[in-house]
Amino acid sequence: MAEITNSDVIQLLNERFGNKVAGLNEPYGLLTIETTKDVIIDVLRFLKEGANTGFSFLTDITAVHYPERNHIAVVYHLHNMAAKIRIRVKVFLHELTPNIPTATVLWNGANWMERETYDFFGVKFEGHPDLRRILNMDELNVHPMLKQYPLEDPNRVDKKDEYFGR
Amino acid sequence: MLPIYCRFVVHSIQNEPFLFYDMSDINIVDAPPGIEGSGFFATSLDKVIGLARSHSLWPLPFATSCCGIEFMATMGSHYDFGRFGSERLSFSPRQADLLMVMGTIAKKMSPVLKQVYLQMAEPRWVMAVGACASSGGIFDTYSVLQGIDEIIPVDVYVPGCPPRPEAILDGFGKIQELVKNESGRRRNSDQYKQMLASYGIE
Repeated sequence: MAEITNSDVIQLLNERFGNKVAGLNEPYGLLTIETTKDVIIDVLRFLKEGANTGFSFLTDITAVHYPERNHIAVVYHLHNMAAKIRIRVKVFLHELTPNIPTATVLWNGANWMERETYDFFGVKFEGHPDLRRILNMDELNVHPMLKQYPLEDPNRVDKKDEYFGR
Repeated sequence: MLPIYCRFVVHSIQNEPFLFYDMSDINIVDAPPGIEGSGFFATSLDKVIGLARSHSLWPLPFATSCCGIEFMATMGSHYDFGRFGSERLSFSPRQADLLMVMGTIAKKMSPVLKQVYLQMAEPRWVMAVGACASSGGIFDTYSVLQGIDEIIPVDVYVPGCPPRPEAILDGFGKIQELVKNESGRRRNSDQYKQMLASYGIE
């Protein structure tokens, strides 16, 4: 495969999607774009199957909670192994309606990644074949990585300040 | 080289009696207190059973992390756990006497641990080895059980992160003392049943 650079990918995305792809940035050389949930599957399909893009490997799907902006960002990492470049695709959702189409139509490997993202952030991947918790115990009634929930376990008894002379 | 070798041989022969004197110092378990006379020895059944049990405990190693690695060293030839009658590990809870929980127990695993405990026959003892099994340790988080005593009763806690093999052996010695001195009626007492009921067992 011919050499592909970040600027080539930016140009291809601009030609195909215009202003639906925004927030172009290259922190630490990692090409990063933002898009919307309406076109996310089209963008991912274009990056995976497009003639000159070739991001065939889905490295990860995860999310970030921004409570001060009421956002949950779903983040896709793709890898073009032949050209040795990566891309990061972000979609910002409102934290009360975190719904987004599933990427399992493109990669079977997205199945567990989306289950994990659902487990920890409560993102609902519409069309996912089996969206249930994967790592946490089934009885857990919260999505623990959302920032309104405390990290610490409430049953902890040995971390009182008096035990540490505070 | 030859003269040096000869001197060494002579030296070691001179020291030989002392060497063998040290190695023949073998410990034998004391008999329990009782009445002794010519041709008989009388003591209570509890003490005899406790003595036998405490030197033939079959542990079930429930090892999930680094404390389990320390236990492997404890089982090895250098520390030799088998000296205390625990050569035979029981990987089935049905035959085990002592549940040794060594490592972090995630909340998702807690029903598994509880089931293993329930499958053990009475009398059964539990040892929490290391900070994680005792209190959750450094993992003060929503996904980790903050000490196995939230779900099953624990007899001995071994501190350390991870504890050295000496500490595990010391904790095992404490278990042996409990086993030796336990009354034969303890497991049928109301107090014991209430304690189990507080864990939702039976």
